[in-house]
Amino acid sequence: MTTSTKETLSHLDWLESEAIHILREVAGQCSNPVLLFSGGKDSLCILRLAEKAFRPGRFPFPLMHIDTGHNYKEVIDFRDQRAAELGERLIVRSVEDSMKRGTVVLKSPDEPRNKHQSVTLLEAIEEHGFDCCIGGARRDEEKARAKERIMSFRDEFGQWDPKNQRPELWNLYNARSHKGENIRAFPISNWTEMDVWQYIEREKLALPSIYFAHQRDIVMRSGAIVPVNVPLASGDVINAPKPGEEVINMQVRFRTVGDITCTAPVPSDADDISKIVLETATTTITERGATRLDDQTSDASMEQRKKEGYF
Amino acid sequence: MDAMNKPHNDSLLRFMTCGSVDDGKSTLIGRLLFDTKTILADTLTHIERTSKKRGMEAVDLSLLTDGLQAEREQGITIDVAYRYFSTGTRKYIIADAPGHEQYTRNMVTAASTANLAIILIDARKGVLTQTRRHSYLAHLVRIPHIVVAVNKMDLANYDQAVFDKIRADYLAFAEQIGLQREGHDIQFIPMSALNGDMIVDRGDAMPWYTGPTMLETLEAAPPAHSEHDEPFRLPVQFVCRPHASDDPELHDYRGFMGRIEAGEIAVGDAVTALPSGQSSRVKTIELGNVQMQRAITEQSVTLLLEDEIDISRGDMLVKTGQAPEPVKQIEAMVCWLSETPLSTARTYIVRHTTRESKAKVSEISYRVDVNTTEHLPAQGLNMNDIAKVTFKLAQPLMVDPYKVSRPTGAFILIDESTNNTVGAGMIEA
Ligand SMILES: Nc1nc2c(ncn2[C@@H]2O[C@H](COP(=O)(O)OP(=O)(O)O)[C@@H](O)[C@H]2O)c(=O)[nH]1
Repeated sequence: MTTSTKETLSHLDWLESEAIHILREVAGQCSNPVLLFSGGKDSLCILRLAEKAFRPGRFPFPLMHIDTGHNYKEVIDFRDQRAAELGERLIVRSVEDSMKRGTVVLKSPDEPRNKHQSVTLLEAIEEHGFDCCIGGARRDEEKARAKERIMSFRDEFGQWDPKNQRPELWNLYNARSHKGENIRAFPISNWTEMDVWQYIEREKLALPSIYFAHQRDIVMRSGAIVPVNVPLASGDVINAPKPGEEVINMQVRFRTVGDITCTAPVPSDADDISKIVLETATTTITERGATRLDDQTSDASMEQRKKEGYF
Repeated sequence: MDAMNKPHNDSLLRFMTCGSVDDGKSTLIGRLLFDTKTILADTLTHIERTSKKRGMEAVDLSLLTDGLQAEREQGITIDVAYRYFSTGTRKYIIADAPGHEQYTRNMVTAASTANLAIILIDARKGVLTQTRRHSYLAHLVRIPHIVVAVNKMDLANYDQAVFDKIRADYLAFAEQIGLQREGHDIQFIPMSALNGDMIVDRGDAMPWYTGPTMLETLEAAPPAHSEHDEPFRLPVQFVCRPHASDDPELHDYRGFMGRIEAGEIAVGDAVTALPSGQSSRVKTIELGNVQMQRAITEQSVTLLLEDEIDISRGDMLVKTGQAPEPVKQIEAMVCWLSETPLSTARTYIVRHTTRESKAKVSEISYRVDVNTTEHLPAQGLNMNDIAKVTFKLAQPLMVDPYKVSRPTGAFILIDESTNNTVGAGMIEA
């Protein structure tokens, strides 16, 4: 093979550069985009990428969080703090408002609310007339994501049709949409969980405290670690242990932070980023396998949810 | 921690795999992921369970790349899937495209971002029509490095003569389509994806082969698309004007933001904005809040110029004296991607870099039979067709031949009524 003499970017620089390019394409092609921001690690990376893409200007889009009402207080506080530091506008829309409107109906009060986020998201898109939502999904997360486009097309009902996606060639993205339709843009599509942690380490990004090892009350429920008696930002406490369950105080951290009822922590003593990077390099379980309580039932469950308009 | 898992990489390589059904593409990818320890325990347990359920004895590594439910129902793969793995020194992005003839468009899509193609050949079958098709397409989209993987050597007694014959046949064919003449780099590896010979480990079944394994080949491949010096091209994506009238430093700030698609640039270089033709010099190069003396290909940067010239999205910054001529007609090899055939009566949108123009077909010179590379007459184009087409443009575009510069020689065609991406073009002149 011919040997290379040309200077090229390191893998993190390359990924960063690609993501900045994608964010600028969204800004250049879409008239009313929004950046979905949860306070989680992937969206914190995207905020840093947006700073690199647009500073010293303002972001050409507001931030928006779809709050299930069942998010960790530490994450919600962090979300607000980060938006304030950046001086960017944060829109919060909540699944609980959709429940009040009657557009979300829970089968039971403690049903996981993750999948209902789709309804609230679509309502918010319509309310604000957004033509593009920027999100932090990665192709390595799950099988149904391996074929996801960087600019993914959703129809008027927010639905993703795997057979009706636009071919994506070179770095020529097509983010056009008709009124009512929507593009989901994924600037860190090509990143893995490891890339995300390495980037956080390199950029010295601050994270919500629950990403680091901490003591927490949990129960073991069908093989999964389930956090119990979790205080919410609203002052309520959720996830009471079931009768007969033994509450254990365990040292854990979260690899991903989502709705409390469907994200599980992992046992860990990684209390700083470099230890997390090391743990990620040697882990034997996928991010989703370790931490999602809702995905394990079916191989196709993510694909199904995406078809229904899930992010 | 062993070397495989060291979380410090310093480059990135994008490659694609091409093969017909059952050549062992999924097994090869599964093997690469598995032997580099990318596959984690829960995924493995999952495929073990599925292998058993389907009545298989050993774990079927090809299940790692099993597709979407929609595809499983039809028993086919319909789209390009992207997979990732990493070694101590490199991150890899695999574009995995199905090989059937009716999926030419998927292969072209996967090839468009790849710098290396692995072309699989079944050792028992040798160079087939599909091998020619895959090679022609890799050539068309100008993938600089080609690795011909002669798989299933275990079923050919690991016989060197089988490998040598396939190599000779392939080279004869490569000569015929001009693969090597045009600077493509071709390598051959005998392997067994099933047993893992010559993928990550050498195994001891083929002592007669002394060349690099598949992984060694991937590790050594140059990550840049071109080893030549290319002229500097920065299509402007976005203009940053903070309008912070109270901040004297930002008051006059005008940053031209974009990704350097080719070449490099340094502070002080004379640049020209196209299509206006106005010139200035680079005052500052920024990436985030860091100022740099120079920037290279594939970096997303912000340029500030010494003079105030009018530049907006869709314009292109080049080095003064290296400007391509703006053109209002382009001749290109086009791959048609849409189920709706190309209509010569209609107007399409050409998106080239960050610029768009309306376009109409003025001539279809010929269509290519991707199996024989023969030129055939053509009136229109159907999905998966590849043809030489001439377009008239409403707006001038600043283009380079695709041969010279991939990012400024490529375009997509968009159907304005559906907004779908319906064609992909590579400019010849
Ligand atoms: N004997 C042998 N069988 C192989 C080898 N590679 C793949 N196979 C088998 O060939 C069949 C097709 O392989 P698969 O990877 O699914 O092919 P794909 O259609 O190209 O993805 C499977 O039964 C594999 O186990 C090999 O090197 N030797």
